[in-house]
Amino acid sequence: MTESAQDGEYDEWLDSIESGEGYYLECSNGHGWLPPRRVCPRCHDQDLSAVDLPESGEIASHTTITVPTPQFEDDAPYVTAIADFGPVSVTGLVRDVDPDDVAIGDVVGLDVGERVTTGDRAVVFRPR
Amino acid sequence: MSDPRIAGASVTKFGKHPERTGRDLFAEAGLEALSQAGIDPEDAEALYYGNFMGELAEHQGHQGPLMAEAIGLDVPATRVEAACASAGTAVREAVKTIRNGEAEVVVVGGAERMTNIGTAAATDALAIAADDLYEVRAGMTFPGAYALMARSYFDQYGGSHEDLAHIAVKNHEHALVNEHAQIQQEITVEDALEAPTIATPLGLYDSCPITDGAAAAVLTTEAYAEEHDLDAPVAITGTGQGGDNLALQDRPHLAQTPAADKAAEEAYDDAGVGPDDVDFAEVHDCFTIAEVFAIESLGFYERGEGIAAARDGETTRDGDRPINLSGGLKAKGHPVGATGVAQLATVAWLLDGSHPRADAVPDSTVGVAHNAGGTVASTTVHVMEVQE
Ligand SMILES: [Zn+2]
Repeated sequence: MTESAQDGEYDEWLDSIESGEGYYLECSNGHGWLPPRRVCPRCHDQDLSAVDLPESGEIASHTTITVPTPQFEDDAPYVTAIADFGPVSVTGLVRDVDPDDVAIGDVVGLDVGERVTTGDRAVVFRPR
Repeated sequence: MSDPRIAGASVTKFGKHPERTGRDLFAEAGLEALSQAGIDPEDAEALYYGNFMGELAEHQGHQGPLMAEAIGLDVPATRVEAACASAGTAVREAVKTIRNGEAEVVVVGGAERMTNIGTAAATDALAIAADDLYEVRAGMTFPGAYALMARSYFDQYGGSHEDLAHIAVKNHEHALVNEHAQIQQEITVEDALEAPTIATPLGLYDSCPITDGAAAAVLTTEAYAEEHDLDAPVAITGTGQGGDNLALQDRPHLAQTPAADKAAEEAYDDAGVGPDDVDFAEVHDCFTIAEVFAIESLGFYERGEGIAAARDGETTRDGDRPINLSGGLKAKGHPVGATGVAQLATVAWLLDGSHPRADAVPDSTVGVAHNAGGTVASTTVHVMEVQE
């Protein structure tokens, strides 16, 4: 399923990760978010600036999904995880690891990969 | 300010009715609720109606007027959507309308048709309650999201899949006498632990089923009830609603549900009661772990202690504070847009003694309904009390 129009800053953010220049948005009080954001939902600060994403993050939680939506039918079973990159956390697919070996605290890097079923781009984590 | 009385309520049989249209499901519940109330339908002044996935399941938007028409009403009708908390949010709108003095009789309800599109499409539809860009595109499903929360809970506070299994066993047992329930089947802890995995660590018996069904209730003022000599002993005395970041990744804690904390605090303050005053609760157990989050947010347990409640027999029907005497979403079923009103009806029936599990809470005076949307980015809590 290919979208005809880009999803603005979201696709630009994926582009930035693909080119090794991944970033997040940080408010004056150090709260981190992913684009698009015009205001920090925690402190209402509108002075958001792009900051380089750390090279690696830690798995905060993970699940191996065996009952997928149709858009992930051929991907299953797959691991979806939330990884903590400091001020910001990111959700992605864990690749290059046996699902049974994924654990909270695992150190991962951020990349852009392809979804098996649709060929769409997706955020992926690989062990570092 | 008058606390709304529940004059009548009704739920359809929850289950698989793939051939039944949403409008027919709602008509059954709505007409029965009006009949139970004994109110002249001409007196109804508004409808608030919960529905989540009507566009995807039935290609039907603009359901407010459709559903008013289905129950024979010509009133301003508003559909409310807050994922699985759609009906709880509709209840809150109805409560506010009556308290504001804008109406004396309001119908509130909800319906969802889900099984007609099959499990894969229903899984897809449920997933849109999550953040499409940052969660759904990373493979997040509805069970997957709760699996992430469950694993984080185990990591932070302890607990195991076996503890969750006790919640499923309890809710299945509670539903055995509930004729509206989708699943009336006793299960064992072993059954739950051996069931196929959906999203680790959650298995099939940690998850509510996919359900068709509807629920409706008629709310009115104390004055109207007295004037028309209605049998309406239960009032909604407290309402609360809380919100949170939509995406799990944007929350400071994966194993807490602050939206429900906020909703509970507001509802308790509104009613002038505290957690210790509550005799029983119907809570949003779309997954077993969700019941743990609910009873902690409602203040019945400290963080990290709710996980043991079912195992220790504290929330079973013979426990100190029974939870989900209806069978909960787990066994009763979860027609998404109807659930909040089905909970309201259950609490009213438990308080007035007409529910088949009312014998578990004799002389109870305070019940609570907790209805959560998505991964608890929306929650409503309603306190209900028997009035003199
Ligand atoms: Zn901020």
